[in-house]
Amino acid sequence: MKYESSLKQAQGLGSAKSGVHHWLLQRITAITLIPLGLWFVGFFLLLLTSSYEDAHAAFLSPWTMALAVSFIIALFYHASLGMQVIWEDYLSHKLTRWTLIMGTHLLCSFLAILSLISILKVFLT
Amino acid sequence: MLSAPEDIKRPLSPHLQIYKPQITSVLSILHRGTGIVLFGGSLLWCLWFVALAAGRDTYHHYQDLLLSPIGLIILMGWSFSFFYHLCNGIRHLLWDIGIGYEMPTVRKSGWTVVFSSIILTGITWTIGLMKWKGLL
Repeated sequence: MKYESSLKQAQGLGSAKSGVHHWLLQRITAITLIPLGLWFVGFFLLLLTSSYEDAHAAFLSPWTMALAVSFIIALFYHASLGMQVIWEDYLSHKLTRWTLIMGTHLLCSFLAILSLISILKVFLT
Repeated sequence: MLSAPEDIKRPLSPHLQIYKPQITSVLSILHRGTGIVLFGGSLLWCLWFVALAAGRDTYHHYQDLLLSPIGLIILMGWSFSFFYHLCNGIRHLLWDIGIGYEMPTVRKSGWTVVFSSIILTGITWTIGLMKWKGLL
């Protein structure tokens, strides 16, 4: 026998009221990544077969740094949001889903920080 | 007591495996697939930055790895995934502002995405190889 009213059972099961933020940021980072992604592919393509000195020198420009920093932030933010949707779609077990979403967010944040610190080191030395 | 939703064994509706592949569904799956590939590939760029910061020797080792046959296959897969996800992403953004919902348009834009991503991947590799062989 249920002692809870229908209202009590239904409460709190609706919208999480935070989805718009995710949706919007996924689009904003997507739009940002159109020019930044194309820039990075071109940049990487030419440096891939260049010498260490050329690659090192490329990161001494504030313009390269600004573009690279923006690219890294947008990339890992977008990756993190995208992977979250995939976990949410395919994992029905709450704890597994939560763990993987958190794990993905933390991994993306860490990789972004590692990338940023690395290029900052190159820029400053 | 209400049990948690994941404890109940509910019947599943027919899913992917029973439907005939269509340009719309295949491209949608591919968008997700390439997204996962790009997520994995982001590690390549992170390590590239790390190798550059670590110094000449580490950088050369990493460069040799990327330019090895396996490295080139990975880069090839990554570049196609990138251009596909980029082109289809633009298609998604256009849908978001309400453009291109008619079925013939959806199919046409789908094929445009497929051909554009193949062509862009081809152009990228042509430029890259010309640069590598000193022709650029």
